[in-house]
Amino acid sequence: MTRSELVEAVAARGEITRQRAEAVVDAILAAMSEAMQRGESIEVRGFGSFTIRPYKSYQGRNPKTGASVEVQAKRVPFFRVGKELREIVNAGRHHPLVDP
Amino acid sequence: MTKVHIVKAVYSRVGGFSKEESAALVDLVFDTIKETLGRGERVKLTGFGNFALRDKQARRGRNPRTGEEITIDPRRVLVWKPSARLRGEVNDDEASDT
Repeated sequence: MTRSELVEAVAARGEITRQRAEAVVDAILAAMSEAMQRGESIEVRGFGSFTIRPYKSYQGRNPKTGASVEVQAKRVPFFRVGKELREIVNAGRHHPLVDP
Repeated sequence: MTKVHIVKAVYSRVGGFSKEESAALVDLVFDTIKETLGRGERVKLTGFGNFALRDKQARRGRNPRTGEEITIDPRRVLVWKPSARLRGEVNDDEASDT
């Protein structure tokens, strides 16, 4: 499922126009992205939680040349699946993976 | 941030929906994603990230507390890979427009 397929599904199930559904999906994803940019974590019950993990800078190597390079400190978004969704996913194991 | 804040964002940014309608729509979006993943289909959200599924085989494990050998059942797990754009945005760099 792509973003536009999600919009279509929400429009059909919510009985709203495609434009309104798109605005809803955009607002949700934008609000979540902005929270993560502020370094905030997000918790959606039954779905999961998003946290920002800080990584310190470290001396790495270019694997091709072996040259030593400094890898900058960075923040990486991380998702931990919630209990309900973890169970939904696992209970669906008999379905073949679509577009894996 | 919790779902309450996400509902408020939908209510104030989209306009024209009541608070109750906004809450129902936020639930609908998350429920649709959950049901899609439950059917074995991954969800790719441009600019945000991809929710993908992985089938894990059974393996031998150990209870770390007791040391007892146990079988870890085969299972399907969910992984999320943040988009390059989001990864850039959380670091406030130019990668945000890739």
